[in-house]
Amino acid sequence: MHRSLPPFAWQLISFALVFGIWEFAGRWPISLAFPSFSQTLLALFSMIADGSLAKAYLITLQPLVIGIALSSIAGIGFGIAMGLSRSVEWFSLPVMIVLQAAPMAAIIPLLTYIYGIGLTSKVLAVVVLASPVIVMNSYKGIRNANPSLIEMCRAFLGTRQQEIVKIILPHASALIFAGLRLGLAMGFIGIVIAELLITPTGIGDLITYNSSVADYPNMFAAIVSIIIFAALTIHALERLERKLFPPEIRGLENAR
Amino acid sequence: MPANAIIEVKGISKTYEGGVEALAGIDLALPQGMLSTLLGPSGCGKTTLLKIIAGLIPPSQGEVWVKGQKVDGPGPERAFVFQDFALLPWGSVLRNVAFGLELRGVAKDEREQIARKHIHEVGLKSFESSYPHQLSGGMRQRVGLARALTVDADIILMDEPFSSVDEQTRRKFQEELLDLLRHKKKTVIFVTHSIEEAVYLSDRIVLLSPRPGKISQIIESNIDRQDENPEEIRRDKNYLDTVDRIWQILKQYV
Repeated sequence: MHRSLPPFAWQLISFALVFGIWEFAGRWPISLAFPSFSQTLLALFSMIADGSLAKAYLITLQPLVIGIALSSIAGIGFGIAMGLSRSVEWFSLPVMIVLQAAPMAAIIPLLTYIYGIGLTSKVLAVVVLASPVIVMNSYKGIRNANPSLIEMCRAFLGTRQQEIVKIILPHASALIFAGLRLGLAMGFIGIVIAELLITPTGIGDLITYNSSVADYPNMFAAIVSIIIFAALTIHALERLERKLFPPEIRGLENAR
Repeated sequence: MPANAIIEVKGISKTYEGGVEALAGIDLALPQGMLSTLLGPSGCGKTTLLKIIAGLIPPSQGEVWVKGQKVDGPGPERAFVFQDFALLPWGSVLRNVAFGLELRGVAKDEREQIARKHIHEVGLKSFESSYPHQLSGGMRQRVGLARALTVDADIILMDEPFSSVDEQTRRKFQEELLDLLRHKKKTVIFVTHSIEEAVYLSDRIVLLSPRPGKISQIIESNIDRQDENPEEIRRDKNYLDTVDRIWQILKQYV
């Protein structure tokens, strides 16, 4: 047991087991609305082949990308300001802690009420979910700066500006990047909820439409595709993060 | 006060927020070109005193004068060597050693040339592009020392620089430090809790007593360092007597 199989073999077995159970449950069937793994896979391939999946993603990605870009710029800026200034910290930390803990999806209906059913509401849904973790990670990154390095900078006649640029920001960069990754993960949740809740567009439209015409393999294929897409994107960012910020050089603190 | 005092400490007291009294009424004159040690048990405020001299901590009362000027912050004539090395983990040895000059706005080529010279001096040649995590504790502190030498300060303030270095490395480092500083004619203030280290390295030992930190005694050791090789010092009668004398004094505070 101890020396037999390499880790990726265990991962393959794990996947095979899950898909096997899924196939079995679909064929049984436990519900008419539950397609088997093979049916779902075929549906996925046909949606890729006829271009409907690509078309849906083009629509879905638009508010996601805009929302993440906005959250990143504003969130990192705000988090850094909170970390550097006590008054900004006192003013906003309680709000940010509440926002991070609150089930923000609950305010999406409110966004629809104010901003209608267009792109704005969907972008805001992404922003509302993604920005708290981006702000908090940037803030913690700044606050975690090593006091001994700051003292060293002062001892060698560094100005406050040099202290920020040469010590505090490089020190915080790993945690800020981790915040962006977690923010993107939240953004995926935000956009799917928005597309299901506000008006069905993109991938949300594929899910709702196929569900309404009882084409369950297609509906499941759409769901599976967004799960795979989000997981791969987040995983790629995680690898990039490890490459850019090796743990022995930066980022001894864990994200979150 | 000696005529050649480069550092004068006048009536320094320090009470931290929360009422902890770290230092009370310290008067001290430290001569130029010598290695003086601040020695005492933990809690005697020796590091606090060193950081006040460095201008990193403001005193609650009193003044420090360095080269005839009142201290109100760090200055170019003082360089600091930290107990925990305080190296940039994302910087190479070269960048770390040149960091003091980088902060002063010296051009890259120039500061790296100066830094290389001091990297060789502390025995780290060929480690210029290594990162701190790839070095041993002793080597990291050599980087810290080279960084202090690079800014060419007259006074080098060392805060327990060998405390996180193993015993063998420490002995070798001490010998090399003596050798290096003798040639440089720097004034060194060295903080330690090791009696042997203090007597081995310094011309003048300031004994501090704890809670609050006060000067208990100043001891001049008359060890002739010019002729003797470093190995001999540890067997010198003067050395052994001084170690014993200091232990007799410090014993009552432990």
